[in-house]
This record gives sequence, structure tokens and C-alpha cells, in this order.
Amino acid sequence: MKVIVCIKQVPDTKGGVKFNPDGTLDRAAMLAIMNPDDKAGLEAALRLKDKYNAEVTVLTMGLPKATDVLREALAMGADKAVLITDRVLGGADTWATSSTIAAGIRNLEYDLIITGRQAIDGDTAQVGPQIAEHLGIPVISYAQDIKIEGDKVVVQRQYDDRYHILEAKMPCLITALSELNDPRYMTPGGIFDAVKAEITTWGRADLKDLDDANIGLAGSPTKIAKASDKVRKGAGEKIVPDSPEEGVDYIVGKLKDKHVI
Amino acid sequence: MDFTLSKENEMARQLFKDFAEKEVKPLAQEIDENHRFPRETVDKMAKYGFLGIPVPKDMGGQGCDILTYVMCVEELSKVCGTTGVIVSAHTSLCVDPIMTFGTPAQKEKYLIPLAKGEKLGAFGLTEPGAGTDAQGQQTKAVLDGDEWVLNGSKCFITNGKEADVYVIFAVTGKIEKRGKMMKEISAFIVEKGTPGFTFGTKENKMGICGSSTYELIFTDCRIPKDNLLGQQGKGFNIAMHTLDGGRIGIAAQALGLAEGALETTIAYVKERKQFGRSIAQFQNTQFQLADMATKVEAAKMLVYKAARKKDEYMSNPKTSYSVEAAMAKLYAAEVAMEVTTKAVQLHGGYGYIREYDVERMMRDAKITEIYEGTSEVQRMVISANILK
Repeated sequence: MKVIVCIKQVPDTKGGVKFNPDGTLDRAAMLAIMNPDDKAGLEAALRLKDKYNAEVTVLTMGLPKATDVLREALAMGADKAVLITDRVLGGADTWATSSTIAAGIRNLEYDLIITGRQAIDGDTAQVGPQIAEHLGIPVISYAQDIKIEGDKVVVQRQYDDRYHILEAKMPCLITALSELNDPRYMTPGGIFDAVKAEITTWGRADLKDLDDANIGLAGSPTKIAKASDKVRKGAGEKIVPDSPEEGVDYIVGKLKDKHVI
Repeated sequence: MDFTLSKENEMARQLFKDFAEKEVKPLAQEIDENHRFPRETVDKMAKYGFLGIPVPKDMGGQGCDILTYVMCVEELSKVCGTTGVIVSAHTSLCVDPIMTFGTPAQKEKYLIPLAKGEKLGAFGLTEPGAGTDAQGQQTKAVLDGDEWVLNGSKCFITNGKEADVYVIFAVTGKIEKRGKMMKEISAFIVEKGTPGFTFGTKENKMGICGSSTYELIFTDCRIPKDNLLGQQGKGFNIAMHTLDGGRIGIAAQALGLAEGALETTIAYVKERKQFGRSIAQFQNTQFQLADMATKVEAAKMLVYKAARKKDEYMSNPKTSYSVEAAMAKLYAAEVAMEVTTKAVQLHGGYGYIREYDVERMMRDAKITEIYEGTSEVQRMVISANILK
């Protein structure tokens, strides 16, 4: 069984998001980490390795610095790592990114592709399903549990107030939630091997069946007008009603004003 | 001189830091208060290879350098001195001598499970009458057919009741040295559960309260002849070699305690307000912190240098790291005591309260000036080298 896990290096938003004066993200001021949903996807793949001896390949698209998350994945137990990097691929939106990654995946053998649900820097949740679309394979998103039964995957898909159980024949793609599991740590020996490990690096020329109109900034239909920090909420309004009924009436009135109910 | 860390070392530090924050820190106060050995943490550390960091991969270890091991003890000790010493005593005092002096059969039987963390190790040299003076040993081992018979006791043994494999020193005869009759000391490997091997007093300590510190008692304890570690009569050399390495581990523990206290204090003085401003704005606080940070950095350089010297020794056993290890332990332990004491002072009344981490750190720091060679012994080692 061959599993590909798509991972992304993202700025750690735990300590707050920092912006440059021009409104773009100040990535240098923030620690770069493996996207949490992707890490859960990697852990799910490593459990398939533990159980079924699956071969796990991690793949990312990004700057050469993104090898850091690939090496982290190798130190956790992944077998192979692929970096897709090229200047012409820069500035890609979800469409251009998924087109490029799908082209990279066409160079590899796979039974299952796992991606994170969404990255904490963009929060779009689009790249995983788009990759499946480009490759013409089924997708199950928001996985909170994954089982393998023969040539099928059986996935619990998280929903607002329940979960759905879905089956798909492999090859297919699953998008994972960080709630899926508790990712393992690296091991010290794994780190020493990972730093020495060879990482396959592909540029534009290595990607087949990929139209230049679908890559990089030029191939991205999304245009970001402006990015800004969250607007801080004010202190709020304090009401002391004379009776519970009056309190309820007040709240219901406010909800109606805002068209919530 | 190159002060940059390798990519491996940087990644490993991040790993130990994450593990310490998520798995070790939440337990630190509770295990101290209840004098409880953190078995669950030891199991997790075993799973991730923390108990065999400098051991070759074919011997069940991680195949990393000594500096990586030092960083592990340092990062663990930043949040919990107890957890730091569990790893240090296991690795430096039990794994290392078996790796260095063990026969292939002993390595197969003991080193591999120790390095994998399936078993925990301990070391028994100290006796009620033999601390700094190792010649004061009373525990005896007599060869009887195919077995050594051990009688005597060891005290203040770290990982005491929790370990599975013990490196034990005992007197095996007398030899003449420079015209004087001296005790011949040998080293042995003893397994928990061997008939005649029992546990005595559990020590009630000032600090590192979660670590298991016990008296070991040997009463006609029979172990196989093959469990002699190294050559008969070479026990003193094995003990000294082992303690040289152990000192680097304790130096790393001391460094971690000092760094942990400094970090905690920096965060506290920014929050704590007196006379309408944070106490970080007072020059006394600033100057105290500057001195603390400078000494911590100096200690780190000595500890890392000693680790590098031991790495050099691992590939070239003709070199020595004895003096570097003694200097690192002497300085880091004294810095740990000074920095944790100042940390308590800067916390004021809160620093004296159990709820605040610096109170525990100050109690934990004191032992680093005492065990595995007191500061006075380190000064003896260093001065003997200068004056030879």
C-alpha cells in the first residue's frame, strides 16, 4: 500500500499573526511549522504504515525552506519526501496549487492520498478536494476516523451535529482534521537520519500534464485585495433586566435585529 | 571556534522542548508534592528513544551524539529536575558503563533493552561510609563456583526501586599499590528480582522528590560469574570513567534548572506590578537578570564543550574529557543554585510558595552541587590536572 501525504509549511499563528506595513503576512517574524491538520493526516498515514506496512511519501510545494517540514515528517517516520519548488510556481492560489500538486502526484504511485482539511494561514479547505478533482479520484473530506477494508477506505466524516460513515474505493483522497489523532513526536535517531536523507526535488520541468496557464501567480484566478488583522471587539453592553422574562425578550429582540432568528 | 549547532541538534532541541512542555511540565508540581516516580513519562520517553540517545542503532539506541543527549537532559530539567535526573542516571551511569566495558553477551542481554527503554538502569557505588572516598567500600563480592556472592548495602541510589538493571561496585580482594594494601574493587551487573537483593530505606529528600532514591541491600545475593563488568579489580577505573560522563549529565540537569528558573522569572517580572509599574522596570531587577543570564550562558558553553569533548573521546579514546566534565559540573551546579535562589528572591513572597515553580527549582538545584561528585571533588579533579 502506498500513501501520499500532502503537507504545508505555515506560519505558527499561536503567538498571533504579524503583518508587514503593506498588509502582507510577515512570515519572517513567525515560527514556521507543519500545518496541524496535515500533521494529523501524516499521523494517520504512519498508523497505516504501523499496521499494514504502508509506504508513506510526504509531498509539499513551497520555498526550499519547506524542506524543514519534510525532514520533520521523515523524522516522525515517513519513508520518502518530495519538494516541488520553482520560481514560476510562486504566488499560487488554491487552483494553481492544486493543479501543480496533482501534476506532481502523477509522477508517483499511490493507493491513498491524505491532505489536511485546511491550512491555518489560508483556511480555504479547497486544495485537497481540488487535487482529487484534477486526478479524477473520489474525495472524502473532514475525516475524524479512517479504516482500511480490503481495497476500500471507510471514513467517519465530521458533521455539525453528527458524523457520516462513507466508503470509497482506492485510489482516493481523504482530508484530515487535527482532531483525527494525536500526532507522534519525532525520535532523536529519526532526526539524525532525516537530516541526511535525500529529498526528491522537482521544478516546473519535472511536472507533466500541466498547463502553464494554471500555475503560479499568473495562473491564479484569486486576487487578494487586502489582508488585515482581526478587528478587536469592544467591551460589549451590560444589561441588568428586572425579570428573567424581560432578559429573554431583550435577547430575542437583539437576535431578530441581527436577523439571526 | 564554531558556536553554531548542527541541523540535527537544532531539530532535536525542538523535539525535547515540545515533549517537555506537553508531557513533563504538567506533572512537575504533582510528582514533587506526592514524591511520586513519573512512570508514565518514563514509558513515553522509552517509546520515543530518549533512553538510548548516545547508543549505536545496532545496540537498540538512537545513534546520536553526546550533545543531543545533553540537550535532552537540559530541556527536561528546564521544567522538571526529577525527569532530567531519571534520564541522566539511566544513560550515563548504567547504559554507558555497559556500552563501554560490557562483553558482547552482556551488551546483547542488558544494553539493548536498556537503550530501547524496555528496562531502566541504576548505579550503586555510594555506601553509608563511602561517598567521596570510594575506597571506603564495605560491600563484598566473593566468587563461589560459577557465582559471585554479594553482601553489603548501597545508599542514595537514583532510580533505586524503579530500575531493572544495576551496575554495582564491590570489594573483591586486596592489592598492593605503591607499598600500601588497597581494596580491590570490581563492577557487576545485578538484575532486580535476584534473590538476596532487596530495598531498604526510601530517602525523603529536599528536592528532586519524584525520583526514586533508595538503599539497596545485598544479603548472600548470588549472581552469575559472567555478570562481572570489565576486568576483576578494574572497578575503581570503571566507576571514575562512568562518573566523568555522569557529571556531564548532571551539569546538563543543573543548566536546565537554571535556564528554567531564568525563563520563569523573566515572565514573572514583566507581569508583577509594584509602585504602579512592572518590577521589570526597576534597575535592580534588570541587573539581577543580566547577571543570571550571563552566568547561564557561560554554564551552557562549558556544558556543551564537555559534551563535545566526550564526543571526541567516543571516536578517539586516547583523548580525555575528565577536566571539562568537572568544570562543567562545578560551574553549572553553582550557577543553578545561584540563579534559582535569585529567581525566588525576585518572585518575593510568591517565590517561597509551593505553587510557584521557582520554589521547587531552588530545592532541586541544591543536589547538583552534591551528587556524582560534590563541588569540592570537582575542584580536586580540576586542580590535580592543573598542578600535575
